[in-house]
Amino acid sequence: MRGWLAEEGAKGASVAALSTVAVFGLAVWAVLRSENWDAVQSQFFNPENFAEAWPDVLQGFWLDLRMFAIAQIAILVFALLVAVVRSLRGPAFLPVRLLAVLYIDLFRGVPLILAILLFGFGVPALDLPGVPRSPLFWGVTTLVLSYSAYTAEVYRSGIDSVPESQRSSARSLGLTQWQSLRYAVLPQAVRNVVPALLNGLVSLQKDVALVSVLGVREAVREAQIYTSLTFNYTSYVAATVLFLLISVPAARFADWYSARDRARRSQMAA
Amino acid sequence: MTGDHAVARLRLDGVHKRFGAKVVLEGIDLVVHEHEVVCLIGPSGCGKSTLLRCVDLLERIDRGRILLDGRDITARGIDTNAVRKRMAIVFQSFNLFPHLSVLDNVTLAPRKAHGVRRSQAEAKARDLLGRFGLADKADEYPERLSGGQQQRAAIVRALTIDPDLLLLDEVTSALDPELVGEVLAVIRELARSGMTMVLATHEMGFARDVADRVCFLHEGRVLESGPPAQVLRDPTQERTRQFLSRIIDAGRL
Ligand SMILES: Nc1ncnc2c1ncn2[C@@H]1O[C@H](COP(=O)(O)OP(=O)(O)OP(=O)(O)O)[C@@H](O)[C@H]1O
Ligand SMILES: [Mg+2]
Repeated sequence: MRGWLAEEGAKGASVAALSTVAVFGLAVWAVLRSENWDAVQSQFFNPENFAEAWPDVLQGFWLDLRMFAIAQIAILVFALLVAVVRSLRGPAFLPVRLLAVLYIDLFRGVPLILAILLFGFGVPALDLPGVPRSPLFWGVTTLVLSYSAYTAEVYRSGIDSVPESQRSSARSLGLTQWQSLRYAVLPQAVRNVVPALLNGLVSLQKDVALVSVLGVREAVREAQIYTSLTFNYTSYVAATVLFLLISVPAARFADWYSARDRARRSQMAA
Repeated sequence: MTGDHAVARLRLDGVHKRFGAKVVLEGIDLVVHEHEVVCLIGPSGCGKSTLLRCVDLLERIDRGRILLDGRDITARGIDTNAVRKRMAIVFQSFNLFPHLSVLDNVTLAPRKAHGVRRSQAEAKARDLLGRFGLADKADEYPERLSGGQQQRAAIVRALTIDPDLLLLDEVTSALDPELVGEVLAVIRELARSGMTMVLATHEMGFARDVADRVCFLHEGRVLESGPPAQVLRDPTQERTRQFLSRIIDAGRL
């Protein structure tokens, strides 16, 4: 059985390789020999423009990465806080629970780009004393607020997935509501939603580019500036390459982790 | 053993509990003295688990009182955590924390709820684990243990807080038959050492051996209560007789 499968696998792999090379080769050949290729190349894949745009775009991308890292950490922490508040029990916590629900509904209901424009242009325009006016600050803050609303729901589904008996077991030992959550429920809850959290991470890594609408000079903004000066789109391709360099491996990692996680679970259930 | 004048460790006065429209407990009266072992028996769904959960304040009762050493623990404004620190419950399905090692499972409550230092809690935990044949399992995760070992670990977890009252809810029903014995032996040992226990069980033979008193629950009340020899062999109530004869037919007594 095993031998047969392995043989099939080896044969399957060579067939897959062959057909892949054939299909991709055909596609590339079709593109390269089309009469528009020269125009496409000089507009999108021009080596000189690429070299010229690259330093600024790269510099902008470095800002993207920093915004992403800071936002991601803030999201993971803040969303957990919101989810915990939302899952508190007892009438005393009703007001904060309602507040959490309101916040989640609001930020999940508004398109991210709209929220960024609203906060990024709106709040500085108010000119309130003591309130930061930097578009960068408000852009990242909006990302955090919006993503935290989603992420809080991810955490909450994790909390709900822990059997009620775990909580009563902890409470029966004399642990407080908070201690039961902290030591018994949350560790299991978080572990259950790591794949979903990773997916959020992959998508945030791209969405940081949205703060470019505020004029923040991250990669997309730099590419845009270059294009507006030269009427050449190669700078966009440069930005694309940079984003793909991070997002593709990240997405692969998320998939790999999810698959491993599923395998672990089915093994535990068996 | 204990005179009537002594304050009972646990006392239930007319305890009522219902879930929505379903009335489960309808005036439970029960007294458990220190060092006493009381077995709750009765058909499935008669409310044995509910009663134990009410005592541990995991369910709120609708009417009546529950007293621990004479103090009403169902009164308004009572500190439920303080009450729960004095008793422990062991569930049918163990409910160990799967993300913690056996040692961490066992020391969590002493460390976090009772403020015992880690080194001290662990020393005591290892000692107890050793007594219950789990010395080499301290660093394993629950999923690596057999059902019987998991249930013994759950009992050790309950014991580390030195409970004044131990509640056991059908602790052997989720186990394979060959693993039941090791868990029952542990409970027998606890009974000998003087632990005050209330246990719900379907193991009539075990109830006969270990209990000072057997209580038959029927339609939300304690219908019959007395020494095991009397209740199990010569019940006064027709309902008890019917229940026991079904059990005997099923070969469980
Ligand atoms: N949380 C709940 N919500 C609604 N009904 C419940 C709940 N818990 C228990 N019940 C009901 O209360 C009744 C008593 O249940 P309980 O688990 O106490 O019985 P039991 O005597 O322990 O039964 P068994 O021997 O099967 O364990 C049952 O009819 C059950 O369906
Ligand atoms: Mg039960």
